[in-house]
Amino acid sequence: MSLDSREAKAARIRHLLETEGSAIAENTRGFNQGRYDAVADLEDYQELREEARAIKEDAIERLPELIDELTERVEENGGTVYVAEDAADANRYVAEVCEDADAERAVKSKSMTSEEIEVNEHLESRGVDVVETDLGEWVLQVADETPSHIVAPAIHRSRESIAELFDERFDPEEPLETAEELTMFARERLLEQIKGADVGVTGANFLTADSGSMLLVTSEGNARKTVTVPDTHVAVAGVEKVVPSVEDLQPFVELIGRSGTGQDVTSYISLLTPPVDSPTVDFDDPDTPVTEGEVDREFHLVLVDNGRMAMREDDDLRETLYCIRCSACSNTCANFQSVGGHAFGGETYSGGIATGWEAGIEGLDIAAEFNDLCTGCSRCVEACPVEIDIPWINTVVRDRINREGDDGDLEFLVDGLSPDAEGGTDGTGGDGTPDRQKRLFGNYETLAKLGSATAPVSNWAANAAPSKWFLERVAGVDARRELPPFRRQTLVDWFRAREAEGPRDPDRRVVLYPDLYTNYTLVERGKAAVRTLEALGIGVEVPAMPGTGRPPLSQGMIATAREKAESLTDALAPYLDANYDVVVIEPSDLAMFREDYANLLPDDGHEPLADASYELLEYVYGLLENGADVEALSTATGDAASGDGRVAYHSHCQQRTMRLEEHTLAVLDELGYDVTTSDVECCGMAGSFGYKEQYYDLSMDVGENLGAQLREADAEHVLASGTSCTEQIGDLLGDEPVHPVELIAPGE
Amino acid sequence: MTVASEGTYDEFAAAVGEYDVELTRVAPDTATAVIADLVEGPAVGAPLPWEDATLPDGVTTDPTPAELDAAVTGVTGATLAVADYGSVFLPGSPDGAEPASLFPDLHVVVLRERDIVPDMATAFDRLGDRLRAGESGVLATGPSATADMGELVRGAHGPRDVHGVVLR
Repeated sequence: MSLDSREAKAARIRHLLETEGSAIAENTRGFNQGRYDAVADLEDYQELREEARAIKEDAIERLPELIDELTERVEENGGTVYVAEDAADANRYVAEVCEDADAERAVKSKSMTSEEIEVNEHLESRGVDVVETDLGEWVLQVADETPSHIVAPAIHRSRESIAELFDERFDPEEPLETAEELTMFARERLLEQIKGADVGVTGANFLTADSGSMLLVTSEGNARKTVTVPDTHVAVAGVEKVVPSVEDLQPFVELIGRSGTGQDVTSYISLLTPPVDSPTVDFDDPDTPVTEGEVDREFHLVLVDNGRMAMREDDDLRETLYCIRCSACSNTCANFQSVGGHAFGGETYSGGIATGWEAGIEGLDIAAEFNDLCTGCSRCVEACPVEIDIPWINTVVRDRINREGDDGDLEFLVDGLSPDAEGGTDGTGGDGTPDRQKRLFGNYETLAKLGSATAPVSNWAANAAPSKWFLERVAGVDARRELPPFRRQTLVDWFRAREAEGPRDPDRRVVLYPDLYTNYTLVERGKAAVRTLEALGIGVEVPAMPGTGRPPLSQGMIATAREKAESLTDALAPYLDANYDVVVIEPSDLAMFREDYANLLPDDGHEPLADASYELLEYVYGLLENGADVEALSTATGDAASGDGRVAYHSHCQQRTMRLEEHTLAVLDELGYDVTTSDVECCGMAGSFGYKEQYYDLSMDVGENLGAQLREADAEHVLASGTSCTEQIGDLLGDEPVHPVELIAPGE
Repeated sequence: MTVASEGTYDEFAAAVGEYDVELTRVAPDTATAVIADLVEGPAVGAPLPWEDATLPDGVTTDPTPAELDAAVTGVTGATLAVADYGSVFLPGSPDGAEPASLFPDLHVVVLRERDIVPDMATAFDRLGDRLRAGESGVLATGPSATADMGELVRGAHGPRDVHGVVLR
């Protein structure tokens, strides 16, 4: 990305933060909390997720045969099925249906697939008046705006701004003010539109092959009216919406509302086997009973391919087709909570999963516009009701964007010679290499080694004005950030040179993994980890080790990350063979071992390391549970300068996804500390993200949510487990937090 | 056909209570009178799908569009209910139950206690055969609602209030 486009992007994000940020934040955070509460009430939540996942895997695997079965059933029931190759094909068919029905007006209920194909514009151009009847969609139609959220499309607008819009556009007799007044006004206006409609257009959340039925998830009742009133019903749905049987719908019905807006179930789950048996309601003939005469309805199901069948053949994008469009990945995403779908979205879809949709449907260029906003924090992974590995899809697409311009046939050669080959000269990417900014952060390991070897000169140099200017111009490192200082003596050097010896006859032996951050910058937390483990009777070694590959993976440099994964796995193998445990301080590196290496290493090559590795406080917790002496550590009431023992703790995003926050809390609690935790999903720094010029404002906006919570906690100590969080909290509070192990470690 | 246990009814009652839906539990032979008390005119409806309960005289079946438009109350039957969600299944049948349950502000929904099943899994076991036989309907939970105008409002396009009448 060039300097100009970075500046343009920063300006666009600043604008959205100012104009839409507060409404988006309030609504998405409300939905997200609702999700936590609603899934906690569901006893068999995890079983339902697994069931839902299995149904989708099977359905996509057998999709062609299910489409055939569905088609047969719908036709037996008296409807028509049209499989449209692309948007233009679908639009042409829908327009023909409208023409055959002599339709002057079509009413629509909310459907993202119809947004995708832009059917409204097409029908309007053919002289059909199209009216959105979902209140949120109608607001957007009146305002001529696009959805900012896949479930609540007008989420970026406050009640006040909707009232202003209606007053300006409709000039009502009494100014509209309350949500009740706005709703009733819209209801009345839209009812008049529905009454005169000739065609009803809906989407479909699910289609069942065994019955030819469709399921619609709604709350307002407009979809019911859209289906019931006119005699022609057109349903537009992606081909991926088919599941084998009606019974398969059950887990989705229980999961979709909870995962999205935090409702146990939405007001209306329409289960239709169209053409439906309900009589039409012809308001042009107001005095004839609706039940008089035969029910005569037409039903057209338009199944839209538009790139989906190709996604099905793509091993990395296929999972996208399991998406049920619940919006959990949007609501749980810290970046989305700040900026919404107008920045974190493509032509149609928004939020974390949108990268998969937009890459498959529109192409990499559209996905490239917002893919960077996924920082890989992984909070969406546990929120997704069908367990889609959304960060991986984002990483793969980022890798493809980096490589755009590669000659596909030669790619394997380039890969073999030089992973994620460098060589771009203009710093913009687009020549088959990641851009300079991505390469700078992706090669953090080299940077850290050089920086440490030349510290402290390197630190003065990096943070000096001319260097900062240069880094910002060339690599887009925001000049408002202090780069973390490199330490001359690394953790590995210190360990090698120290005179102290560990326990003579240790209970267990561990490799304390010297991650790049602990080894080169946050060395104190490494020393504290050594003291802590040894005090608990553990034999510790801190051998020099290659990086995990996290920095290049974050930049979408998969080949480089894979190479790192392979060399580190090899380097650790002798220790694993000798029954060492691997203890990791940096949560994002542990997440590599436990989660990401499954994607990087062949077969089950990641398993031995995943099984043998532990987060530091998780390990301490295990030792204490197994009888290690808690008095060996610094307790809140002990000699350490721990004040009143009140601490504020921000766990790392990936640590929480691995469900490892609890272990730190349990250890602190056992040592007598009084802990307040943050409940924000991510600190906003997220590795290199917050250093990038174009995302600085967004990163700080996300961070401010955390900063406010930590300030409010007003604790003696502020603790953070991750390096990014440490840097971010340092910038927010003006004082760097420490790792929990630095609080609990025995004195030197 | 299994008869719902007392616990299932109580669970259903508690679940619908979350949506401010009131329930009246009656013997089938008193249902007509109870419904008549609940109805605010003008009222429309569809014949109840069971022989032992009938609609009161004030409820117009086979309504015209004008009558649907003017109705304050709609009375229709539900053929299945889900206890732990407080949901009722409203069949979309040729007798016009769907529009009668949808257009008026108040929906009085009548169901048999024995048709309350404990959970969604049981409900979908029953719905499978019905949908495969061509049936359509709506699994409705509480009144129509929207938050699109900035806060939760009941009665968006559908009924603002729902009252349940459960036949023992």
